[in-house]
Amino acid sequence: MEIRSKEFKQRAVFAIHDASLQQALGKARGGFVGKRAQQAAELPEFEQLREEAKNTKNHILDNLDHYLERYEAAVTAAGGHVHWARDAEEARRIILDICKRVDAKTVTKGKSMVSEEIGLNEALIEHGMEVVETDLGEYIIQLAHEPPSHIIAPAVHKTKDQVSDLFEKAHGGPRKTEVADLVNEARRVLRDKYFKADVGITGGNFLVAETGSSIIVTNEGNGDLTQTLAKVHIVTSGIERVVPTLDDATLFLRLLARSATGQETETYTTISTGPRRAGDLDGPEEYHVVLVDNGRSKMLAGRFKDMLRCIRCGACMNHCPVYGAVGGHAYGWVYPGPMGSVLTPLIKGLDNAYDLPNACTLNGRCASVCPVKIPLPDLLRELRHMQHQQDITPVMQKRALQVWRYVATRPKLYHALEQVGARFLSAIAKNGSIRRLPLAGAWTDVRDLPAPAGRTFLELWQGKRGQK
Amino acid sequence: MTAATNAREAILNSVRSALRRGPLDDARRAELDARRPHHTRPAQDEELVARFIRKFESRAGTTVRVASRADVPAAVEAYRADKGLPAHAAVGAALQDLAFPGLEIHHDPAGISETMAVSQALAGIAEPGSLMMASGPASPITHNFVPDDHVVVLDAGAIVGHFEEAWEVLRARAEGMPRATNIISGPSRTADVEQTIQLGAHGPRRVHVIIVG
Amino acid sequence: MTESPTRGPRVGLFATCLMNVFRPNVGFSAVKLLEDAGCSVEVPANQTCCGQPGYNSGDYDAARALARQVIETFENYDYIVGPSGSCMATIRHDYPVLFQDDPMWLPRAQALSEKAWELLSFLADVLHAAPADSHYDGTVTYHDSCSGLRGLGIKGQPRALLGEVDGLKLKEMEDSEVCCGFGGTFCVKYPEISEKMVEDKVRNVLATGADTLVGGDLGCLMNIAGRLRRINAPVKVFHTAEVLAGLADGPGLAGAAKESD
Ligand code: SF4
Repeated sequence: MEIRSKEFKQRAVFAIHDASLQQALGKARGGFVGKRAQQAAELPEFEQLREEAKNTKNHILDNLDHYLERYEAAVTAAGGHVHWARDAEEARRIILDICKRVDAKTVTKGKSMVSEEIGLNEALIEHGMEVVETDLGEYIIQLAHEPPSHIIAPAVHKTKDQVSDLFEKAHGGPRKTEVADLVNEARRVLRDKYFKADVGITGGNFLVAETGSSIIVTNEGNGDLTQTLAKVHIVTSGIERVVPTLDDATLFLRLLARSATGQETETYTTISTGPRRAGDLDGPEEYHVVLVDNGRSKMLAGRFKDMLRCIRCGACMNHCPVYGAVGGHAYGWVYPGPMGSVLTPLIKGLDNAYDLPNACTLNGRCASVCPVKIPLPDLLRELRHMQHQQDITPVMQKRALQVWRYVATRPKLYHALEQVGARFLSAIAKNGSIRRLPLAGAWTDVRDLPAPAGRTFLELWQGKRGQK
Repeated sequence: MTAATNAREAILNSVRSALRRGPLDDARRAELDARRPHHTRPAQDEELVARFIRKFESRAGTTVRVASRADVPAAVEAYRADKGLPAHAAVGAALQDLAFPGLEIHHDPAGISETMAVSQALAGIAEPGSLMMASGPASPITHNFVPDDHVVVLDAGAIVGHFEEAWEVLRARAEGMPRATNIISGPSRTADVEQTIQLGAHGPRRVHVIIVG
Repeated sequence: MTESPTRGPRVGLFATCLMNVFRPNVGFSAVKLLEDAGCSVEVPANQTCCGQPGYNSGDYDAARALARQVIETFENYDYIVGPSGSCMATIRHDYPVLFQDDPMWLPRAQALSEKAWELLSFLADVLHAAPADSHYDGTVTYHDSCSGLRGLGIKGQPRALLGEVDGLKLKEMEDSEVCCGFGGTFCVKYPEISEKMVEDKVRNVLATGADTLVGGDLGCLMNIAGRLRRINAPVKVFHTAEVLAGLADGPGLAGAAKESD
C-alpha cells in the first residue's frame, strides 16, 4: 500500500467534516472503551497479566533468534515450510511464487495486517488472481476499494447505509438494510469462494516455537474456512510474533480479546500445526509460513524495541482521542492510531510521516490501556527528537524553539516579555477575552483566549512580599 | 548460498547485531529450552461444569446435560427436531460407536450444503467456557465451521479449569499436536457493521453442547 | 495576607508560565493553601519554564538547559510544588530521563524529582491537609488533566479536597479522563483536531448542567474556557486551587479578570 501519511493534515480536516465518518466513529468509540473497561474490571489479575505480558515479550525479544530457529525447526518437523522475508518485496515474491506454482486462480484471505503492510493484494491481482477478503470488515472495504481504517475493525469507518450501497452494487439488489440481512448476504457470497479457493492466506497472532503452530483468533470463523478449505495455507506474520510455548501464548490470549473488543475471549482460537496428515479428510495439503522482517530486526536495537511487544489489539486507537476525531485513513498507511504513529515512520521513513508523531497531545491514554505496556507517548516523543536531530522538523518550528530557549534561559528577559505580553493581551481584551489575535489564529479560530489581568504573578508577588 | 538461506541468515544476523551479541551459546540455548513459564492464572472457584455452562451460554451457545453416552443420539434428535432441521448430518467418526436412528449420517467432510454436524470434543476449558476440538480422521475440521448447526459432545470429565491444563491434554496425546486445534467459544459472530453483534457470520449460527456425565 | 510561618517544610513555588501571565490568582491560591497547611512558601525569582515545550518538541538540549536552571533554582528547598500536573510531571518523570547519561546532573535531577509535587497531591498525600473552612456555591464538574492523571496518579485527591468545600456539589462528566485537545503546541499545530476534541469536552461539560468547571492545569482550562466563551456558554472556569482557597470569585477564566481578584 502506497504511503500517504504526508497528507495527514488535509486528510484529517477532511475526515472531521465527513458526516458519515463522524457518525460511524461516534458509534464505535463508546462501545470499545466501555467493554474493555468492564473486562478489565472483571478480571482482578488484569494488571498483573499486563506486567507479565510486558516482561515475557521482553524475554522473547532478547532471545528472538533462538525462538525463531526453534519455531522453524518445529514447523518443519510438522511438515510445514518456513520462508524468511527481509522486506515487503521479498515477502510478496515468496507468496507469489507459491501461488503461481499451484496455479492459483482464487485466493481467499483472512484478516492479516502484515499482508496489508507488504501490499500483497495488489501483487496477486496484478498476476491475474482473484483475491477475496473474507473477514466481513475487510470484505466491505475491499468492495469500497479502501484500505482498513482500524487493525481490528477494518470497516469501522463505514455506516450501515454505506455497506448497503456497496453490497447492492456488488451483489445486485434488492438492497438490504438490516444488519442481519447484510451479514447473510456476505455469508452466502463468500461460501462459494472458500470452497473454490486454491490458496488461503491468514495472519498469525502468535507463532508457537514449542509446537511449530500458528494461532489465529477470530470471531467470524472466516479465517478457519479460509485455511481449511484451500489447497494451500499461507501464514504471513512478523518475526516478533513468535512465543516460546503454548503457555506463553495463553498469557497474551487472556489479554488480547479483552483489550481489543472487550470480549472475554473471541469465538475462535485456532492452533494450526502443519498440513493435512495421512488419514485426514480435510485441511490444506501445504502449509507455509512467511516470516516478515521489514524493519523489525532493526527496531530491536534501541528505544523502539518496546514497540515490538505490540500484539495488535487496537486498544490504543480505540482510546485515542485523535484517532476518535479523524479515523484511521488520515494516518495514510496500514497502521493507524498511536501504534501506527510509531510504526509508520519507523518502517516507511521519518520524513514520510512527519505529522504522525506530532499529531498527538501525549495524553497517555493509549499507554494506560496497552496490554503489553508500550510507552507509546515516550516513543512518539523520541521520534520527534529524531526528526529534530535529522532536521525534518519545519524550520519555523526550529526557529521558534531557538528563540524560546534563548529567552527562557534568561529569567529577567523572560519576565520582562511576560509582563509586556500580559499588558498587551489585557489591553486588547474585551470582556475578559480575546476573540481574534493576529499570528495566533490557530488558537483564536477555534476558541477565545482568556485574557490576563495585566500584571504577572511574579510582579504582584514581589509587590506584596518583596522577596529577592 | 540461495536467496532463501541468505534471507534467513540476514534476518537472524540482523536480530543478533541489534541485540549486540552473536549466536547464543549452547548452555544458554539449553536454559531457554528448559524454560517452563508459570504465568498467572485467573483465580476461579466455581465447579468446572457449572462454570463451563455459564460461560459458554453467556455467548449465545446452548447446552444440555445427559447422564451417559447412550443418551447422546436422543439429545441430538431432540435438538434437530426443536430446530426443525433436515434429518441428515455429518457425524465425526469419533462418534461411530453411536447409532443415530432416523438420522441419515456420514463421516465425510462437511460440504457446502451441509446443515448439521455432530462432533466429539477433546476437552472443555472452564476458564472461558470453550470447547477444544482436535482435528483428525475421526473429526474433520469442516464439521466445526461449515454447517449452520454444530452439535458437540463433551464429556463432563474432560472439562479442565484453565488453558494450561488443556495444553497438558494436547501434550499427553500419543500422536502429538493435532493438525488443527479449534477452540470454540460459541456461535460465529461479527460486529463489523456498525458494531452490531450478529451471529452466524461465516461459521455455525448455533453451537449446542451435549455434556455427558 | 500574613507572613509565612517559619515552621513546616520550606516550599519553593513553581510559578508556571501560564499562571504567571494569565492567572496570578492561582498562584495566590496555591500560596494560601500551602501556608494554611503550615508550609513556608517562597517564589524564587530566577525561575522561568520547566522545559516541557522543548522536550515535547524533541529538542532535548533546550529541555536540558531549562531543566538545569530549574534544578539550580529549586534544589535547596524541601519541596518544589506547582499548580500544574503537566509541569510537575515533567520535573518528576522527565528530568531523570533527560540526564540519564549525565553523571554530573543525574543525581541532582533525581533529587529534585523526588521532592517535586503537583499542588493538590502535595496537599492531600504529603501534608494530609484539608482546605480551611472554604465555601463555594455551585455545582462543579472536574476535568482530569492527562499529565496529572496518568503521569502523577492525581484523581482522588482533588475530588476529596473539593468534597470538603462547603456548599459545593460535584457532578462528574462523561469521559472526564479524555484529553481536552490542548496538548501544548498541539492545539495550534493541529487546530481542527484540537477543535473537535475540545468540542467533545465542552459537550460533556455542558451535559452535566454544572455551573463551574475546575481542573488542575491551566493549559487545559484555558482551552476549555476559551471554547466555552466562544459558544457563549455561561460556565465558570477555575483552577481547583482557587476554589479550595476560597478565591474563586467572578467567572474565572471564562470571563473578565480583574486585578483586584
Ligand atoms: S500498541 Fe499496545 S494497545 Fe496498541 S495495538 Fe499494540 S498492543 Fe494493542
